[in-house]
Amino acid sequence: MSRARILLGSATGLIIVAGLIAAPFGLKPYGIYILTLWAVTAIAAIGLNLTLGYAGQISLAQGAFVGIGAYAAALLTTHGWPLGAAYVVAALACFAIGWLLGYPALRVQHHYLAFVTLAFSTLIYLVLRNEEWITGGIYGISNIPRPSLFGYLLRSPRDFYYFCLANLALVSLAAWWLIRSPWGRAFVALRENPVRALSLGVDTRRYTLMAFALGAALGGISGVLYAPLVQYIDPTPFSLLLSLNLLLMVIVGGSGYFFGPFVGAVVAVLLPEWLQSADRLYDALGPLSDVMRFVLPPDALKYVAKHYLVAYAIFVMVLLVFRPSGIIGFFQRRFTRRKPDTPPAAPVTQAKVA
Amino acid sequence: MAVLEVRDLSKQFGGIHAVEGVSFDVNEGEILGIIGPNGSGKSTLFNCILGQLHPTSGEVRLDGRAVTGMRPCDLNRLGVSRTFQLLQVFPELTVRENLILAAQEHKGSMLTRLFGARDVGLTGDAGRMIEFFRLAHVAEAKAGALSYGQQKLLDAAMAFMAGPRLVLLDEPAGGVNLTMLANLRDRLAAINREEGATFVVIEHNMEFVMALCSRIVVLAEGRIIAQGDPADVRRDPKVIEAYLGH
Repeated sequence: MSRARILLGSATGLIIVAGLIAAPFGLKPYGIYILTLWAVTAIAAIGLNLTLGYAGQISLAQGAFVGIGAYAAALLTTHGWPLGAAYVVAALACFAIGWLLGYPALRVQHHYLAFVTLAFSTLIYLVLRNEEWITGGIYGISNIPRPSLFGYLLRSPRDFYYFCLANLALVSLAAWWLIRSPWGRAFVALRENPVRALSLGVDTRRYTLMAFALGAALGGISGVLYAPLVQYIDPTPFSLLLSLNLLLMVIVGGSGYFFGPFVGAVVAVLLPEWLQSADRLYDALGPLSDVMRFVLPPDALKYVAKHYLVAYAIFVMVLLVFRPSGIIGFFQRRFTRRKPDTPPAAPVTQAKVA
Repeated sequence: MAVLEVRDLSKQFGGIHAVEGVSFDVNEGEILGIIGPNGSGKSTLFNCILGQLHPTSGEVRLDGRAVTGMRPCDLNRLGVSRTFQLLQVFPELTVRENLILAAQEHKGSMLTRLFGARDVGLTGDAGRMIEFFRLAHVAEAKAGALSYGQQKLLDAAMAFMAGPRLVLLDEPAGGVNLTMLANLRDRLAAINREEGATFVVIEHNMEFVMALCSRIVVLAEGRIIAQGDPADVRRDPKVIEAYLGH
């Protein structure tokens, strides 16, 4: 990596981190809420990026793990336990369940595996909805308290935002360490060529299970933060849609790239909000808007704001057709070497043995 | 002394006998060639020996110890390494990373590999292997960006990274140009001489086999039809018939 790239990278990183820290001072509570949601969602996406992006194991169950984490946090904290206890319980439980969910991946791959994990996701949703004695069924669990840190109650949106941002930072550091360790190398080997990896002494069974377990644990941690953020949960947000949305984040951001999930979460959580308020862009731009008006008529922005979900869907479709390696993948290739923008190669299957 | 003993090994796929009653020994320090026409069961034999396929019957022993059906990763950690017929490098890892990966699971435990040094103390070994296989100019390039011949060298280098005592090479010369071929043959002979590693080589290129191997086993339709000294095997009428047809 050249010195200029390192400099450019650290400068961009610093600006983004400074922006994230300063953001709540310029935002209304709803804006802070959305930004907190971004941080919480990014944690789950980082987990899925480990399982799918690095180790190459598709999972449509990440949303279910967020659900397990959220219900663990809701149940424990409404019964007087601290959020820290829920943190440990949810992470361990999701790690164990994720490990078990990894077993099918030892036998089936790709879309078969997708359907196995999809079934698991549906199962968890049904448990959350139907086992009223513990989950409260469709009525959900309300009055989930905000956590305290060293005796200080994180009640205000801003305080809780910083708490979630700190969690995101810790998770990011841990994920960074993991993927740069020999484990990360083994995960990539597992994704690119499991048969060859096995022949080089890589215990692909153990690494596959570990990839599922670690990804699931991060899903659980994301849920633990989600519950006190919204303070009321029911089964609806943890349906298959959440799993699909997390999958979208990983792929749109750039599957197998460290910063992919962060950007993916921006696209999935923040972009719809931005599009919805597109018509207010010129109010914010001030004098600059007089120039912009010629290029982009305000009526067009009003149209986007009115049909923001349509605009969002078109954006995602166009992006995936023209930039299949995701946003980060595109920039990475752009700045490193000239090479056609291709999707990551499909993992090789058992067939290659013969 | 025999490093590897294969006893009466058979593999059926449905009604087809891909390998049938194959027995042979591989002695310490030798280079054994396995030849035979296409479809004679060479690769299936390799895959049965290495635990990638489960043999229908028969036994494989390593240093006298039964290892039949052992998982490839466990067998590899006992010092048995291999290459595949098709190129098998990890295109998104650099040459150096490919080599480190090829030996990292032989060092420490899962825990030390998570919290310990990123290179597992293998940078030196990887550097030596890069020098030895003349890959220094591409050491930091992604393996996917290398030429076919360079990838082939890397593929072979990975098989030697963990210092194996037995290496099974499946068509190492396939698709490699003449210069690269001589380079590869040199390197293999040097490792055999200097490290005393034992090789089993499947190969179609007769020149390559004759120049490299000390003994040859000939397979046809899943059975051994001849074995012995390269020059004798070459003159054997059964071998000539198997290659030229009836």
